[in-house]
Amino acid sequence: MMIINLMGLLLIALIVWWFWLYKPSNVVDASAENITIVVNNGVYQPSRIKVALGKKTTLQFLRKDASSCAATVLFPDFDISEELPLEATKSVLLPAMSAGEYLFHCPMKMYTGTLVVE
Amino acid sequence: MSKLSENTIQTASQELIIDGASCASCVGKIEKALRAVAGVESAAMNFALRTAQVTGDVEADSLIKAVESIGYNAKSTNEASDDELLDEKEIADEKYYSSLLKQMWLALGLGIPLMIYSLAGGPMTVDTTLERIVWLFIGMLCLGIMYFAGKHFYLGAWKSFINHSANMDTLIALGTGTAWIYSMIVVLFPLALPEMARHVYFEATAMIIGLINLGLALEVKARGRTSEAIKRLLGLQAKTARVVRVIDGKEQEIDIAIADVSLNDIVRVRPGEKISVDGIVVQGCTSIDESMLTGEPMPVEKSANDEVVAGTLNKSGSILFKATRVGKDTALAHIINMVKRAQNSKPPIGRLADVISGYFVPVIMITAIVSALAWLNFGPDPALAFAVVSATTVLIIACPCALGLATPMSVMVGVGKAAEAGVLIRNGEALQSASKITAMVLDKTGTITAGAPSITDIIITDKAYSENDLLTLAASIESGSEHPLAEAIVDSALEQGIALESVSDFHAITGQGVQATIKGQQLLFGNQKLMLSNKVALNDSVAKAQQLADEAKTPMYLAIDKKLAAIIAVSDAIKEDSVSAIKRLQANGIRVVMLTGDNSATAHAVAKKVGINEVFADVMPQDKANKVAELQAQGEIVGMTGDGINDAPALALANVGFAIGTGTDVAIESADITLMRGSLHGLADAIAISKATLRNIKQNLFGAFIYNVAGVPFAAGVLYPFFGLLLNPVIAGAAMAFSSLTVVSNANRLRLFKPKEH
Repeated sequence: MMIINLMGLLLIALIVWWFWLYKPSNVVDASAENITIVVNNGVYQPSRIKVALGKKTTLQFLRKDASSCAATVLFPDFDISEELPLEATKSVLLPAMSAGEYLFHCPMKMYTGTLVVE
Repeated sequence: MSKLSENTIQTASQELIIDGASCASCVGKIEKALRAVAGVESAAMNFALRTAQVTGDVEADSLIKAVESIGYNAKSTNEASDDELLDEKEIADEKYYSSLLKQMWLALGLGIPLMIYSLAGGPMTVDTTLERIVWLFIGMLCLGIMYFAGKHFYLGAWKSFINHSANMDTLIALGTGTAWIYSMIVVLFPLALPEMARHVYFEATAMIIGLINLGLALEVKARGRTSEAIKRLLGLQAKTARVVRVIDGKEQEIDIAIADVSLNDIVRVRPGEKISVDGIVVQGCTSIDESMLTGEPMPVEKSANDEVVAGTLNKSGSILFKATRVGKDTALAHIINMVKRAQNSKPPIGRLADVISGYFVPVIMITAIVSALAWLNFGPDPALAFAVVSATTVLIIACPCALGLATPMSVMVGVGKAAEAGVLIRNGEALQSASKITAMVLDKTGTITAGAPSITDIIITDKAYSENDLLTLAASIESGSEHPLAEAIVDSALEQGIALESVSDFHAITGQGVQATIKGQQLLFGNQKLMLSNKVALNDSVAKAQQLADEAKTPMYLAIDKKLAAIIAVSDAIKEDSVSAIKRLQANGIRVVMLTGDNSATAHAVAKKVGINEVFADVMPQDKANKVAELQAQGEIVGMTGDGINDAPALALANVGFAIGTGTDVAIESADITLMRGSLHGLADAIAISKATLRNIKQNLFGAFIYNVAGVPFAAGVLYPFFGLLLNPVIAGAAMAFSSLTVVSNANRLRLFKPKEH
């Protein structure tokens, strides 16, 4: 029983680390390559995107998930919301940003991504 | 559609999405095929993105055909029009809906018979070899169902897991996965488990997948209805326009697609047709129904030089108008854009739910583990089976979706509803603030009154001048001023055929009036302050002016060479329904305050007529904001209503700034909320809709919170020690599937909301 309890606690610790404490390091640079963010299976891919400081940026989205949640992408900090057509790329123009991290997500926040401005 | 639009040629660069290209060698083939199309200058395919960039004068259709001819699929990514996008969305939704239904039937096909068997008392245990074989077969069937009907949950869960995020898919995948894996262990290694724990839960896995697919399908349907307002606005757009073009040296009227209308095109509109783009009437007169945009039921008369707006309906006459705004620049396009943006923005009340949903799924996973451990440590026999059931049920019943949907769904419907009533709400924050307004500041001119003043009295005090002389001087000096009253005087003079004199040394003195020189005569035209500061003797004229002011007219003194020559009074008629609209606001417990640069007597006279007790008169434009601040300092949540241009600082400072549009020329970017028609009833409507929307959001949030807060502990089994109650995972699946549907349906109820009229 002791072992099972310890395993349970370990599992909890793993959940906390994996979902909350872990900081992903793989940031894709939007300026360096012509990237398309694929919206499918509950994730934006890539989901951490580096954006140049103080410059307007265009992001391409390609939605493959038919669920209605995925159909809209919101950039709440910039008051931007765009409908994403299914199986077609859609450009989203972002204003020049100051340094920091900005979230973008679907209306229900099941899909989430981060813009890293530096 | 005419020949012109059909032959429209796509120049410059365009992008195609290529489907079916599975190897890098396809790239060369596709590029070659594209380059072979007449008109193509260059073609390059990006294999990673499955897109091809093509430049040259060529139609997208011929490019697609070329790609298809060598065995691949292609489509253009060129920006589709909004209603095409909406149509596409509907088709995609319909497809998604029927695929969900198919998956549901597949899962329920196995789940329901198993469920009936178990409810009828059939043993769900594994004791004999025959039972093992039968359950193994069912377990494999169940695995098939998990693949065919639930693949999207597992794939979604895995993808988000490796991205360090978790969502609804994670919970469903874990819940159904736990039930299936445990059942398979029972079937494959029954001896490893205590006899009482040898229970299978295949029915739970199948039923949950079926029910959640059903919930998703119904949600797709219900969500479709929430975008009705946008659909209605898009429906206002005409598809074609009849323009006058010179063909073969002759002027002809031809029908062309709306996208092909360019600036300054002359457009013909016949009775019963929609106005296709924004413009100015150049010939003919008619009455136009603008109710679809402004909510104003009375048709508006239009003749030469009047503005017409895309989407409105021409009723009686045939007119020609010049296109002044086309495509994405029309007022209708701006409105659609703004409504769409606002529909997707979130009021602050939704932020808590956002924060919670960020932590929700991992918290539920931890709860499931804690619950299982509690059962294993303290539960009765078979503790292991109880632990599995409780963990599965906790995972399944928790519904982050209901929480996430609560706010956006209501905002979507509420903002759309407001747009239908001619009220444009800028964003979720404005919506929420509008529901809390305790004091409403109304600008007088153009807000309470029609904003089109006219001369009512000319009292001559210096008999050396005729009425005509005085009007000439007054109009000439005011022709340089931008004050609304000045316009009234100039218009009156022009109407009487008076020619204006040239003016020199013009000087506007803010809050007092103007001074200038005409033909060597020094003129002063303005209020009492202006006369006093220039030492003009007024004598008994003050009483006469006071009398005019008491009649809600605005008296102005005209002095020639520092001697009073006349009092000219101007009056601005009160809008017909201002009285009833102000009553409506007051009936809602809102403190209504009038703010004006006009003199105190006139202001009070108008206030009395419309039933306002509090008046700030003689307020300089720059002080309007201070008055708003004063009210805020008293603890009021202040709404400020003005024309959006002169009142900009006050509008910006107020908790909610309302701009009154005249229907056609709406400054929709300048305020939190724009009223498309002039009537103040729009204010009461806006507040009523905001209140109803906020109430709806609160119901949704409350429902979603309570559902999760009550459902999760129940699923974990906290009631078991007291009442012996433990939730069945199938019931949890049904509850979860319908909880988000309930939120969407409750938001849809808002569509039926009608602000109480008058």
